[in-house]
Amino acid sequence: MAWFKKEKYTISKKVKVPEGLWVKCDGCREIIYRKEVEKNLQVCPKCNYHFRISAIERIQLLIDEGSFKEIGGNLTSMDPLNFKDQVPYKERLKDAQKKSNMKEAAIAGETLIEGYPAMLIVLDFAFMGGSMGSVVGEKFALTSEKASEEEVPLISITSSGGARMQEGILSLMQMAKTSAAIAMFKKGVMPYISILADPTFGGVTASFAMLGDIIIAEPKSLIGFAGPRVIEQTIKQQLPDGFQRAEFLLQHGMIDMVVNRKDLRQTIIKLLSMIVGGEKVKT
Amino acid sequence: MPYYLDFEKPVAELESKIEELKRLADGGDMNIASEIKRLEKKAKDLRANIFSKLTHWQKTLIARHVERPQTLDYIGLIMEDFIELHGDRCFADDPSIVGGFARFSNVSVVVIGHQKGRGTNERIWRNFGQPHPEGYRKALRLLKLAERFKKPVITLIDTTGAYPGIGAEERGQAESIARNLFEMSILRTPIISIVIGEGGSGGALALGVADRVLMLEHSVYSVISPEGCAAILWKKDGNELTQEEYEKASESLKLTAQDLFEMGVIDEIIPEPVGGAHRAPKDTASDVKKTVRRHLSELMENSIDTVLEERYRKFRVMGAIKKELA
Repeated sequence: MAWFKKEKYTISKKVKVPEGLWVKCDGCREIIYRKEVEKNLQVCPKCNYHFRISAIERIQLLIDEGSFKEIGGNLTSMDPLNFKDQVPYKERLKDAQKKSNMKEAAIAGETLIEGYPAMLIVLDFAFMGGSMGSVVGEKFALTSEKASEEEVPLISITSSGGARMQEGILSLMQMAKTSAAIAMFKKGVMPYISILADPTFGGVTASFAMLGDIIIAEPKSLIGFAGPRVIEQTIKQQLPDGFQRAEFLLQHGMIDMVVNRKDLRQTIIKLLSMIVGGEKVKT
Repeated sequence: MPYYLDFEKPVAELESKIEELKRLADGGDMNIASEIKRLEKKAKDLRANIFSKLTHWQKTLIARHVERPQTLDYIGLIMEDFIELHGDRCFADDPSIVGGFARFSNVSVVVIGHQKGRGTNERIWRNFGQPHPEGYRKALRLLKLAERFKKPVITLIDTTGAYPGIGAEERGQAESIARNLFEMSILRTPIISIVIGEGGSGGALALGVADRVLMLEHSVYSVISPEGCAAILWKKDGNELTQEEYEKASESLKLTAQDLFEMGVIDEIIPEPVGGAHRAPKDTASDVKKTVRRHLSELMENSIDTVLEERYRKFRVMGAIKKELA
């Protein structure tokens, strides 16, 4: 079966940080020895800035090793609008596939987390900004429907600029499709846990990502509906410090918790053990 | 004095000439009368000609026309006994979304729509029809009332988009939209949505998860505005974007009613009089009424479970996907 093959998805050599021995942290602007960042799950040891990581890395951080079975892996995008741009959409897709080593912006599948079966879907910012077009929407709907059928929890990790412009109105409709799929899923008793990573915006935030029964964010992730630049241009004011960061959303009651990457798996396990775990009173 | 868009200028010139002649013809000079008739026919043909080959960008401008009928105009023209309800019971009343109970062809319904407003003061008060979260939450409250009292819902869509501002983000703009998509997809009462002007992205869709989605002939519906799209694609180091780029962007986005109908995203196009809905609001409204009535009676004949199953399928199948062979 399509278990994760190490040789196909080796990530340690293909990290999305500038080349070289040293990395500049986007959080504190410090220059840090790269190995140190890698050892620390791509988190800055100085300021706890969480670097963006690939979907594969996120999956590996969360699941029981070797337990992931991909679904919808054969789905790829078309160019329904014949979208005109300097670089044709089809070319952009090919570039993104090469660059990210993925076929689309999301990977979905069934998996085990500390033995708990779950359905998992993860968006990857490296693939056209993690944008949601028809394929991402379809994978999400498939994943959610399968979670309903098999009565297992649903978990998503998002890192996305929003709906994919190049698929026009069809991208917008993925917001309706994914939200409707969540509405179906929530008729059951299993939880939907939504994890927001840097950045999560637009049509992704305004659909499934904000519909989690429990919503978790990585520290300092930028999360919102409209991008900060658009807001700044609209209101013609400087935005306050920390605006649209995970901590800001926590303060305003939009998410349940901010969790460090290194604690994410344990947090999920704890939640799953609470929600889908045993019910017997110990006597 | 009606407001003309740039590409309507030839018609505008003719019409002002006709007006002038009419003033002169007060005495009843037969020669002038026939000249007026000739010019009126010419103006009509010219307008029909212009409107038969509108570009995507021109359609966008018509969809945004300041004189275009808005939600409250349609409510006044096709419904009776409208009682407006206010507030989200959490934070505020958002005047960029209006809604309440009304009678439509003898059926009491819940009607909700974006309202852009007219004149500077009203437009500012209504935030140019760009809702904050409290607007969507008011809409949701009304949707829930409709469900409980078993009243069908009619929504009218006309917004540039949800407002991008600090307060909007603080109060959960994204969550409020997501919540509406979620709840509308399972709301146990028939829903009909009509895009009457601008369907701007998520802020429009938040009133648009419906059993029937209809669009007026010159309305647009898009994931991003042509200006936003052009800025992403072509804006480099502060250069000003021109109409040419907006033309290209709107064409790329395929945002007209005709495009969406072809893609199977909407169910029907409601025709507009030549020159656009604002040239003959009553005629437009009467077509809207006829079309909505037909869809509503169809929906009300079915069991709500069937309606809901079909609503789920409707959005479930949207998208263009290729399945690669393993």
